[in-house]
Amino acid sequence: MVEYRIDRRTGVATYLQIVQQTKQAMRLGLLEPGDKLPTAREVVEATAINPNTVLKAYRELEREGLVEARRGLGTFVRKSLGAAPADSPFGAELGDWAVRAREAGLERDDVAALFTSVLDTYFKGEQG
Amino acid sequence: MTDTAMEAAGLGKRFGRRKGWALRACTFRLPAGRVCAVVGPNGAGKSTLLAHAAGLLRPTEGTLTVLGTSPAAARERMAYVAQDKPLHPQLTVEDTLRLGRELNPRRWDAAVAERVVADGALDPDVKIHALSGGQRTRVALALALGKRPELLLLDEPMADLDPLARHELMGTLMADAAENGTTVVMSSHVVAELEGSCDHVLLVGAGQVRLAGPLDDLLAAHTLITGPAADLDDHTVIESRTTGRQTTALIRPGGRLTGTWRSTTPTLEELVLAHLRSPEAPPLHLDDTVEAAV
Repeated sequence: MVEYRIDRRTGVATYLQIVQQTKQAMRLGLLEPGDKLPTAREVVEATAINPNTVLKAYRELEREGLVEARRGLGTFVRKSLGAAPADSPFGAELGDWAVRAREAGLERDDVAALFTSVLDTYFKGEQG
Repeated sequence: MTDTAMEAAGLGKRFGRRKGWALRACTFRLPAGRVCAVVGPNGAGKSTLLAHAAGLLRPTEGTLTVLGTSPAAARERMAYVAQDKPLHPQLTVEDTLRLGRELNPRRWDAAVAERVVADGALDPDVKIHALSGGQRTRVALALALGKRPELLLLDEPMADLDPLARHELMGTLMADAAENGTTVVMSSHVVAELEGSCDHVLLVGAGQVRLAGPLDDLLAAHTLITGPAADLDDHTVIESRTTGRQTTALIRPGGRLTGTWRSTTPTLEELVLAHLRSPEAPPLHLDDTVEAAV
């Protein structure tokens, strides 16, 4: 199950925040195919946002083929997103690398800048 | 269920001949299933409007219908929580809920009312007068929601609540709207706290409806622009300030924006403040027939 955190000061539309957080959870393997998304009622009770906003976000995810609404049952994840959940070999390698970077004296911002520049080199032209 | 929760046509109210009009020429339609914010400064007529909807005041001129009928005929199907949340101070929380059941024998849903009270960890045996403002609001809301209303009218419901209680009660309200499709109409002069929760807006100023319509459409109809001072004659200018060579303005674009403007969509608060600072700006009413299928 995923829990949404709504930030009203980002300027990002609320429904888009839900879409993005759902995708992020799918990429990290926190949501897998068959998992149920929280109901609109559960989301709005916790966040106090408008129910139509949640429904709009779920419709958008459905339109992208990521989830499906089953009548009377809820909304379910249809597929996995990204090939690198947090516990994959890639995640472990990146973890080892981060440990070595820290031991070599790099700070968090140095590592983030380095990682972003490597991303820019090898994933040219792909949106983040 | 009707698809219109509330509709006013030329609604006007004058308290006594000597006084001015508290409401005048109010015309709007609120579709069912919406969460509508009634915003405006103190004394604008928000409470007067809600009291008409609740059937407590009679219009001096014009009409107001709720749920497709007169407020009196719809009384059973709606709930109204007044600003001062009148409850019997000597009754306990439990007695108050029992009163709700006795007064609404056909509609009362004890489970809903008890859950709203339980969510606030209220002791059922405590008397109303011993409760804090937030706890009293919770009991008033439990009474209103226990009635299973199709239309819920709340006059400044969050006024005396701390931020945590506001968030919790708003969550409770939104959950009810999600589950039962309840139309919620709530007034507030604190606009920012309603921004994420409402999807429909009525801006009342000096007894008139200045803005009415779906929130997203109202925001999209306006643009906040910043740039070198220039001619804005093609657009409806709501408010404009020029400092040195730079102009900041809130406009309703009347065509393509030419020139080197930086433009953004306003927030609800920016939209409301600009209209309140410019009482002469023309009103805007947007109807939503498009999204009726949602």
